[in-house]
Amino acid sequence: MNMKPTPDKALIFELSKPGRVAYSLPACDVPETEAASLIPPHLLRAKPAELPEVYEVDVIRHYTELSRRNFGIDNGFYPLGSCTMKYNPKINEDVARFPGFAKIHPYQPEESIQGALELLYTLQNDIAALTGMDQVTLQPAAGAHGEWTGLMLIRAYHESRGEKRTKVIVPDSSHGTNPASATVAGFETITIKSDAKGMVDLDALKAAVGADTAALMLTNPSTLGLFEERIVEIANIVHEAGGLLYYDGANSNAIMGITRPGDMGFDVVHLNLHKTMSTPHGGGGPGAGPVGVKSKLIPFLPKPIVSRRTDGAYYWDYDRPASIGRVKAYYGNFGILVRAYAYIRTYGPEGLRRVSECAVLNANYMMHRLAPYYEVAYPGLCKHEFVLSGRRLKSFGVRTLDVAKRLLDFGYHPPTIYFPLNVEECLMIEPTETESKETLDAFIDAMISIAQEAEQTPEIVRNAPHTTVVKRLDETTAARKPVLNCTCG
Amino acid sequence: MKHRYIPMTGQDEAEMLAVIGADTIEALFADIPAAIRYEGVLPMSGPLDEPALLRHMRLLAGRNANFDEYVSFLGAGIYDHHIPVVINHVISRSEFYTAYTPYQPEISQGELQAIFEFQSYICELTGMKVANASMYDGATALAEAAALAGGYTKRSRIVVSSAIHPEAKEIVRTSARGLNLDIVEVAANNGLTDLEALESALTDDTAAVLIQSPNFFGAIEDARAIEPVIHGRGGLLVMSVNPLSLALLEAPGELGADIVVGDAQPLGIPASLGGPTCGFFAVTDALMRRIPGRIVGQTVDKEGRRGFVLTLQAREQHIRREKATSNICSNQALLALCASVYMSTLGKTGMQEAALLNVRKAHYAADKIASLRDPHTAAPVFELPFQAPFFNEFVVKLPQALDAAKLNAKLLRKGFIGGYDLALADPSLSGHMLIAVTERRTKDEIDRFVHELEECCR
Repeated sequence: MNMKPTPDKALIFELSKPGRVAYSLPACDVPETEAASLIPPHLLRAKPAELPEVYEVDVIRHYTELSRRNFGIDNGFYPLGSCTMKYNPKINEDVARFPGFAKIHPYQPEESIQGALELLYTLQNDIAALTGMDQVTLQPAAGAHGEWTGLMLIRAYHESRGEKRTKVIVPDSSHGTNPASATVAGFETITIKSDAKGMVDLDALKAAVGADTAALMLTNPSTLGLFEERIVEIANIVHEAGGLLYYDGANSNAIMGITRPGDMGFDVVHLNLHKTMSTPHGGGGPGAGPVGVKSKLIPFLPKPIVSRRTDGAYYWDYDRPASIGRVKAYYGNFGILVRAYAYIRTYGPEGLRRVSECAVLNANYMMHRLAPYYEVAYPGLCKHEFVLSGRRLKSFGVRTLDVAKRLLDFGYHPPTIYFPLNVEECLMIEPTETESKETLDAFIDAMISIAQEAEQTPEIVRNAPHTTVVKRLDETTAARKPVLNCTCG
Repeated sequence: MKHRYIPMTGQDEAEMLAVIGADTIEALFADIPAAIRYEGVLPMSGPLDEPALLRHMRLLAGRNANFDEYVSFLGAGIYDHHIPVVINHVISRSEFYTAYTPYQPEISQGELQAIFEFQSYICELTGMKVANASMYDGATALAEAAALAGGYTKRSRIVVSSAIHPEAKEIVRTSARGLNLDIVEVAANNGLTDLEALESALTDDTAAVLIQSPNFFGAIEDARAIEPVIHGRGGLLVMSVNPLSLALLEAPGELGADIVVGDAQPLGIPASLGGPTCGFFAVTDALMRRIPGRIVGQTVDKEGRRGFVLTLQAREQHIRREKATSNICSNQALLALCASVYMSTLGKTGMQEAALLNVRKAHYAADKIASLRDPHTAAPVFELPFQAPFFNEFVVKLPQALDAAKLNAKLLRKGFIGGYDLALADPSLSGHMLIAVTERRTKDEIDRFVHELEECCR
């Protein structure tokens, strides 16, 4: 084994020294009664929780050091396909921290939160307009949560008509959450193959639909970055069978102001505000996954939604007897909704259309420039993202995983790899609209260099990364002998 | 159109289109059929320049009564605790907040280690062996716990204490419909889960009992009495807990809980109209490979350095698709970071002190309210109907003539955000109010609040 070039970063627990404090709590200005006199001793903790004891400088240096071992959009280009890693505007962060948004309670009297209610009401309407839907719930906390909510709405709709429809159809290029959400909503999943052009295979769809079809879930543009040109026909096939169409909005950044799921024939839509509407991913969350529906599904929406009285006052509308119930405590991820609203107000509808135009132009440009070096999975027009295959490099003993790891040395976050599942050795690249031509060109040059390295010095690629704080990690042992915390040995 | 987030110039556009071999950007959308193209401008809110947007957002924010300007005695799941100043500085590091899920561990060690530490904190507080990287919130975590219990035991009945947060109960019910679980609710008595009712609700098909402690009424459940009852039937004990209370109250792991969930909002997360917060989810060793959501594990790199990776992914939707244990594909990483920084800042002694301050101030307020006497009859004005021990929240029965919503409207005019009107949760509790007192409330604020309550009765 080699010498360790850098020492391990300490855990906060390893910095602990009894006697140090990093807090300043209010003084006790009420009687200092012992806990055991206020709460029966058998309910009290027998031994204290062994949390670290550090001072404030330790806290700041520890987390600052951790942040330096992390990579965000502000550090560099992040072309992670289907994740829409666009710039997270700073004004959104500032406004979400206004005390009038951050320091308000969900159960305050309605008259004391009229500003928040107005914001939510406007956002509901703006998302409805953008997606071509009739009403929107802002409750779901994430995309997958929105999918599940939407499927529960579809279930309630069919049940209200006395129909038992048990199957949800998804294409093989769909995100894994689609079938998982279908299962959690009590449906059976039917996966249908894509055709040679990467589109939904209409014959396979026709063969799959029937009296038991509850819905087709579709991402359009698909995870291959392709627009389903026969979407109207697809919608007709599903509708004629009595099913509904669910739109996974993961890829909405390609179509804002250009076309709308509602006009394509979709009945239910979720948007990922942490993708399309620029709210930060936060290292994995929080996000927000509002769901829009056509009028026939409005009665089933989770309660409450925000409504407006004739006198202009806003209120929580709980009077929804056919509602599927709640899907999230309180009203959704309000702090994220504030950021998304600020984003929409920054651009307005014409600005959002320009966002999509530039996202699509950037993607097509990159695809054309990279085509001589990496196989384009589905040549032609792409939308906001495209899929390459790295299978040509396999003859040099270099896998797509190696290409991704080598990109780390060039200072980039790699694209999504090995997804979608139907393209061998794939890389899915989504540049977004907030990247400049210079950034795209530099990344393209890095990709070209790596393709050349793969032929000439493949070991450099295979052993990458070379510049990161840790090298490739042993994931097999991590899963076989899990060490999941440092406190229970 | 020029925009500060979009770098595309006319020259860029021309050069890029030339490479593509297209004449216009419009040509890149030729694959979208004309029949579904949107013509015209969407009827949405219009654009605002930066100063105008700031002004607009300030105006909206200004129409909300906030904790800086109003003294809050409202809890019911979301609390006005002190948030140490360092937290916002840490979570404002954009290496954290602008990052995606840590799929590339070599450049995500910071987030992965932060989550590993979060998992460690949760295990230490709850006394459980395994915790995940977090869930959407405490209420959805409880619904996931019911799902796990149903799947693990292959049983379909979930017995729910009626003293659980009403919104959490609703979410458990919503999700149970998709999972074909039967939800049976057992009554509360004197503010606590009724043990006899619970016992008689249990069957051999009962997957789990769900309790909350401190429960929705603020009362601390005696899980020691409930544990043998459910385990005797071969079901699981699921506890939803307030993490701050665990600095003082017995760890659920010591009480025999199989799954422990809760909301980390009390640990440094802003109230923010109830979201985003952060759910946590902890289990026994036996349930490790069935836990939903992301999990971070420790490992080594090829040169022997300690490192962290997302692990046990064979449970998850991107591998298992329709056979996954849950459809969740994210966590609340940034809020889990809030909670971690909170626990790092307060540490062992600070958490105990904060929890004790909550207990003392809440008991001071309860005693003070209970001591109010009608000047004519000398009878108590407010009753504390439940005798159960409590943490930082308690129920007050209002005098007959006093309506909770009207009382809160009056209190608001006096600068107070009053308690939770329990009629909203349960019509039979009309005329009852749930009052929360955190460490942030001073004796003076409590005294003034009690004085206003007294005034409102006149």
